[in-house]
Amino acid sequence: MSATASAALAPRRWQRFSLGKRLARLAFTLFAVAAFAASLRTIEVIPEFLYDAPDQLADLFGRMWPMDVGYVGPTLRALVETLHIATLGTLIAIGIAVPIGLLAARNVTPSLPLNLLAKFVFVTSRSVNSLVWALLFVAVFGPGPLAGTLAIALRSVGFTGKLFAEALEEANRGSIEALQAAGAGRLSTLLLGYWPQVKPAFWSIALFRWDINIRESAVLGLVGAGGIGVALDTALNLLYWDQVAVVLAAIFATVIAAEIVVTTVRARML
Amino acid sequence: MSATAGPTPAAASRGAAFRPNWTARIGWVLLAVYALYAASQLGFVPERLASGLGHGRQFLARMFPPNFSRWELIQSGIVESLQIAVIATVIGIAVALPIGFLAARNLMPPWVTWPMRALIALCRSFHPIIVAILFVKAIGFGALAGVMALIVASVGFIAKLFAEAIEEISLKQVEAVRATGAGFLSTLIMGVQPQVLPRFIGFATYQLDSNLRNSTMVGIVGGGGIGATLFTAYQRFDYDVVLAILIVIVTLIMVAEIVSGWARKVFQ
Repeated sequence: MSATASAALAPRRWQRFSLGKRLARLAFTLFAVAAFAASLRTIEVIPEFLYDAPDQLADLFGRMWPMDVGYVGPTLRALVETLHIATLGTLIAIGIAVPIGLLAARNVTPSLPLNLLAKFVFVTSRSVNSLVWALLFVAVFGPGPLAGTLAIALRSVGFTGKLFAEALEEANRGSIEALQAAGAGRLSTLLLGYWPQVKPAFWSIALFRWDINIRESAVLGLVGAGGIGVALDTALNLLYWDQVAVVLAAIFATVIAAEIVVTTVRARML
Repeated sequence: MSATAGPTPAAASRGAAFRPNWTARIGWVLLAVYALYAASQLGFVPERLASGLGHGRQFLARMFPPNFSRWELIQSGIVESLQIAVIATVIGIAVALPIGFLAARNLMPPWVTWPMRALIALCRSFHPIIVAILFVKAIGFGALAGVMALIVASVGFIAKLFAEAIEEISLKQVEAVRATGAGFLSTLIMGVQPQVLPRFIGFATYQLDSNLRNSTMVGIVGGGGIGATLFTAYQRFDYDVVLAILIVIVTLIMVAEIVSGWARKVFQ
């Protein structure tokens, strides 16, 4: 950056970042600190609630124990529904995301308007929280797991589609050109050229999203969209904390189990 | 796909170029069967989908055009959501760093890392909304419950990734710093911190993004922010206000994504 003549005279001073970059970093840090300070000053927090919080939490957990064993049955039924919602939601999401992902990948679809349209679909899908999707679908289809499944599906389209399109874009041209040179049609090129290359990424994306969706589908019941959230909501509204504890334990066990399944499958397959 | 010309002896001995993979095909069929079964369990019936289309049309008609006349309410909700996200991210990171460090298996003995890893798993396994419910029930409605819930979520995410980042560092630099006679804290600052800082900035900005998304939601269960406004409008069937709020939320999240992308570039 600096002139070489002056560098020869003065002892060289090593700097990791250029001046502009350092200023930008400083500005950003200052901005973050200012935002934090401003938020702390203006947010409405009632101090008494804060002092009280540990006692209240301890009291809450005290009321949760011992758990209500009689509630295990309904919880398990709701849990199975949650698993169905998460899995079917992921499958539908993939079904929608794969064609749009093909449109979003620049090497598969060499058309900028189509690419941008597909990316717009992905961004919209990701920006709306699954609870909001669930609210919208409950208004359309009525309460129940149907609304929840569609909410999970539409929420996941953006995530899976974006990653799938990125995997497609990283595919090696060589084998695809070889297929095209041999006179393969579009479908054959996709199935035999792209698919083998993106297959590991595809399964890894699907598994990852399934894992996320199990967590997400557990809360959909709070807005009436089915699954174990309904059991949680009922128990909460009736203030049966010993039942709440059963539901929370079930969710915890399921999430841990799903994580173990995903890790093993990933290690086996990929 | 099928061979059109009669196979010559040479081609026959080579076999088909793309052999059908029967295990994969059976797998796909099983997956399809499961999907049909699950759909039947979850109430995917044609009549319901058809009536849903009619409701959907009505619903959309009531949503358009978006109604921004309550903009003051929307604005105060959005500001509160932003504040919740910022506070929860800063405090969450401050809490997560020591926990993540204590959970790193290359720097700490197993009797320290195991409880810490269990704590992280516990924080991660519950959706922020569920944690928010618990805090709302324990400490009352309002922004504080939302902040606490998002702090728990931030600890679950940042501490896990931070511990993994520390486990991947090269110990040579740490040993070099130790060899100069540096104390424990100096070793951390000069040996460990430079190796994990760039990745850490990435986690922090990502967590801010995700906290922002969730801070727009915790209001649904009483945790403060724009979610409360959204849910009230929804329950009053003011769907045009709902759409207005959704547009504001989506814009906010897109802006946040651009800003955090920029921050990541600056700190790389």
